[in-house]
Amino acid sequence: MSCWETVQKYAFQSIGYGERVLPRTDITLCDQFTLIGSGMIMNLYFGLLAVSFGFLFANALAMAKFSGGPVTRKAAEWFIFLFRGSPLFIQFFFAYFLFLNLKGVSPVFGPLSAAWLGALVVLFLNTAAYSGEIFYGALLSIPRGDMESADAYGFSGWKKFRKITWPTMMRLAWPAYTNEAIFLFHATTLVFFSGFPVWRQQGDALYYAKYIADKTFNPFVPYPILAGYFILLTLVVIWIFGVANKRLNRHLPQAKRPKIRYRPKMIR
Amino acid sequence: MLEGLQWLSCYLTTGKHMGFYVSFGTVLLLLAITAPVALGFGFGAAMLSRARIAPISWIGKGYIAAVRGVPDIAFFLFFVIALDQGIEWLLHQARCPEWTDPIRQGNDFVVCDIAKMPLGTSPQWIHETYGFALAVLTFAIVFGAFAGNVLYGAMNSVPRGQIETAEAYGMTHRQAFWRILVPQMWVYALPGLSNLWMVLIKATPLLFLLGVEDIVYWARELGGSKMARFTDYPHGDWRMWYFLVLLVFYLAFTRVSEIVLARITTKLSHGQATVGGEAQRKAA
Repeated sequence: MSCWETVQKYAFQSIGYGERVLPRTDITLCDQFTLIGSGMIMNLYFGLLAVSFGFLFANALAMAKFSGGPVTRKAAEWFIFLFRGSPLFIQFFFAYFLFLNLKGVSPVFGPLSAAWLGALVVLFLNTAAYSGEIFYGALLSIPRGDMESADAYGFSGWKKFRKITWPTMMRLAWPAYTNEAIFLFHATTLVFFSGFPVWRQQGDALYYAKYIADKTFNPFVPYPILAGYFILLTLVVIWIFGVANKRLNRHLPQAKRPKIRYRPKMIR
Repeated sequence: MLEGLQWLSCYLTTGKHMGFYVSFGTVLLLLAITAPVALGFGFGAAMLSRARIAPISWIGKGYIAAVRGVPDIAFFLFFVIALDQGIEWLLHQARCPEWTDPIRQGNDFVVCDIAKMPLGTSPQWIHETYGFALAVLTFAIVFGAFAGNVLYGAMNSVPRGQIETAEAYGMTHRQAFWRILVPQMWVYALPGLSNLWMVLIKATPLLFLLGVEDIVYWARELGGSKMARFTDYPHGDWRMWYFLVLLVFYLAFTRVSEIVLARITTKLSHGQATVGGEAQRKAA
């Protein structure tokens, strides 16, 4: 079987197109690249959606923690503590069993016990908490002079927030937020190791890598392939966020623009 | 039949539940062993990175960069098998030199019987201890790289003048390192190390992936629904509640760590030429 046939067979395995059955014996290098690459689609799906929605919610959380009333502030603080203070792994397990119980209460919650929605919800809430804390920290470190100048120019209310506070906050938070986005993509590999069942062998990249390692008793090929894919993904994320960073700081002279540095911190 | 509280108190003290409680100890034991070992690895890596001979510093920097660059749990899944096979391969070379068959036969990894780790004839507790030791080593390798990065940065953050003064007093390079640099670097390393400690706490559930019977294993085991045929304490699917307990355990643990680490920071900042130290001086 040529490599191109393999690609046709397995490239979209993770989303349910092509061959149903995974190769059992004679797993070639091509099989490994294709299958693990196919799994990356899942990781991208979880990562992209969770980051996009998480970004919006994180802004709300940071605002609530910074300037909300006593009730909203406490709520935001607790939410952030809950998700930052416990392992994502345990959150996945807890959420999965919670969703199972909810399913028993009403079939409306049915889709939540499947990975595509349930795990996405957990990742979304988790990244919102981490990013919310980053944005909150950035809000606190906005230079006082910026706010005073805004007042002096007669900015107030929504306009001041939209034109001064929020862009400055983003500018300060962006390098840290870039890293948060990278970890979130890395964290998507936990999904299928934490309760959420794999349906019809449609897993993510790590699921396939582990499958291959288990079948061939050789971890030295699939895991480096997986690592290669993730390094590529990391570079792409850094590049995209770098473009945004440039735009956020376009008013500054070249040398003064903050650089994005990759600061990995592993598991959350 | 037992009812209410009495039922619960009996239920919570079954032998299996004792295993569950002991597994909390396993997690704490892992942390207690891993943290210093990882710190040692990190210290070694940072020292290597600072070496004045280029190839030696490449070893340290390469180790730090390689581990930090690759995603999460892939490393945990990879290292355990890799270490296991590496140890068996070395033993195989030492104990069965006359063995001629290739070790990798297609999809199989074959070594002679007396090179198996642990030996097939060993009792169960040796198997468990070996698994736990592999887990500790894996954690230490991974977190050592992160600690190495923090310590390397901290060593470079100690003001240059301190080392220059030490040299002006006639200390050798070695003396300046151990007597001036190392005692002063901790305050710069502490924010990074406390962060790392938090991450380490939150990484402990991964023990489950390494095949150790940890709290996640027991929570799944005990929480699943039990029929009256197989147990004296039948119940429905309670896994949600068991994982809620784990969630609370981790939240409490990180909260306590935060408070303790804040105290240590205050203590270490005392008399240092940092913003924190300056604030303390002014307040006094």
